[in-house]
Amino acid sequence: MADAQSTTAADGKLLALAMAEPLHTRASTIRKAFYVALGLVVLVFPHVFESSYPHYVHVMITIFMYALMAQSWNILAGFCGQISLGHAAFFGIGAYSTGYLFFAYRLSPWIGMLVGVLIAMAMAVAIGIPTFRLRGHYFAIATLLIGVGVQIFVQRWELVGAASGIFLPIVREQPLLSFQFHGTKLPYYYIILAFLALACFIVRRLDRSRIGFYFRAIRDEPEAASSLGVNVTLYKSYAFMISAALMSMAGAFYCQYVLVIDPDSVFPLSMSILVVLMAVMGGAGTLWGPIIGAAVLVPLSEVTRIYFGGTGGTLDLMIYGALIVLICIFKPEGLVGAVKMHRQATDEEKTDDGDARG
Amino acid sequence: MTWEIVIQAVISGLLMGLVYALIAAGLSLIFGLMEIVNFAHGEFMMISMYAAFWLWAMFGLDPLYSVPLCATLLFFMGVATHYGIIRHILGASMLAQICATFGLAVFLRALAQFLWTPDFRTIINPVVEGRVEIAGIFLGQPQIVASVGCLLAFGFLYFFITRTETGLALQATSQDRQAAELMGIPTDRMFALGWGIGAACVGVAGVFLSTFYYVFPEVGLEFALLAYVAVAMGGFGSILGSLVAGILIGLVESVGGLLIDPSYKMLIVFGLYLVIVVFRPKGLFGRF
Repeated sequence: MADAQSTTAADGKLLALAMAEPLHTRASTIRKAFYVALGLVVLVFPHVFESSYPHYVHVMITIFMYALMAQSWNILAGFCGQISLGHAAFFGIGAYSTGYLFFAYRLSPWIGMLVGVLIAMAMAVAIGIPTFRLRGHYFAIATLLIGVGVQIFVQRWELVGAASGIFLPIVREQPLLSFQFHGTKLPYYYIILAFLALACFIVRRLDRSRIGFYFRAIRDEPEAASSLGVNVTLYKSYAFMISAALMSMAGAFYCQYVLVIDPDSVFPLSMSILVVLMAVMGGAGTLWGPIIGAAVLVPLSEVTRIYFGGTGGTLDLMIYGALIVLICIFKPEGLVGAVKMHRQATDEEKTDDGDARG
Repeated sequence: MTWEIVIQAVISGLLMGLVYALIAAGLSLIFGLMEIVNFAHGEFMMISMYAAFWLWAMFGLDPLYSVPLCATLLFFMGVATHYGIIRHILGASMLAQICATFGLAVFLRALAQFLWTPDFRTIINPVVEGRVEIAGIFLGQPQIVASVGCLLAFGFLYFFITRTETGLALQATSQDRQAAELMGIPTDRMFALGWGIGAACVGVAGVFLSTFYYVFPEVGLEFALLAYVAVAMGGFGSILGSLVAGILIGLVESVGGLLIDPSYKMLIVFGLYLVIVVFRPKGLFGRF
């Protein structure tokens, strides 16, 4: 105690400096621990709830699926700045490739999914070549029209069942190979979780790679990026292809999860819009934004459906709409973006204080 | 296929085209002013159609007489949208601007479905109904009235924009906001006025449509999509361009549907959009 009292002001400052370092690492340890805990909870979750509340497992699967879709949109729009309003087209392509190849040729859905991913990527390039020259709203409206156009086209395409869609045959042998699990949702849960993890891994890698820098340069300063030698069309195509591929995987999963697909359930404009709203609400251009957005909006719609029933079916959409307007007005960078900016601001304040003292 | 059918298709395409033109003019006016696409435009039209429907259902007021009422309602809705939402997002990113109007669209559509159910409603026994035959060509009377009404409204809009002082102030604001502000034009009020007029335009079109079209919460979507095509085609911000483009779309839709397949008519129009924006990114006309 006597020692502590006799320490001079200078010593106190040294002590504070010495403390600063461990404090910082302590914060990152807490963050690491949080991620590990979150991972464990997510992994254990379905085992705990499957027998007592199977519906919760279904809600989680839906969250993961929408998070995957929002994340895929995020790659194109959040990171590369190309706002697509017709992303359901790729979801539908994934669902239809998987469903149709299994229905007609009994091809394993895994192969069907791969085919769907390839078709979606080819389609992304085909859409991108004429539309990447379009700026802002023109591109957004072009994708909106293409999305609705694909839906109209499939509604009239007899080969794939036109408006009535495809009912997948039920297969009970070799569940893993035929991507059908009856009586348990656990495999679906882990598969979609793995897909989402893949998407997040890709985003994380992109974010810190050269391609990610190019994407952001194209988003923020297209002219400057182009004049510095970035092949804008090529990198936009990469973003569109990666995004379309992930979206198509989500579609393939959906097809195997519900085993019934029709144009109105896998190609609707409302799905394209919902995906955009989720990503924007959470924070476009961030890793966690789309996940947070899905984790907020999916349970919201479940809750309103439970409490308000039939006519309340649109109450969730009313809340979504109002929420997104409020977010755009007050926190246009989204929930995660707002937290990030707040943290940056407080960090700067701290360093400012430090500078002032020094 | 006889010539009469083709002429029939051309004329009915022309009539619908005039309705599309008025819807597109409202959208184009707003875009020209502040470079914001109103993705809730179709929902504004839907609200106007419901207003016309309820005025008819509750007070027996025929849509033809409720045009001024609905136009006023929509005008104030547009102004409220500007003051409530748009003026706060003028400086925000394009994504935030798109999502704000989309959010409004989602909200309005869900609200309509919540309040009035997804049922399709029709106005029975309007003042003008039935068809007339002119030289072997059958035309719906409500369609004729709607197109003439929309053309009149369009003419009024054009006169207002080009001949009145307020209209000129609107044009000045859309050309250069800062310069207009320096000239003493209250640009914020001009924006509000633009939103009001834009919404009133689509409101008028909606009322006329309600005399021969179903009223349901998602009715706006198809018309809004066609309006985006018309606006892109005529050039964002060009009022006269949206008239020509609207008529052209009506014709393409009607004749294309006749020659190829009615169920693909939307696809033909969408294809037209892609061709035009790729080859003439500024549309067919300049501003105003």
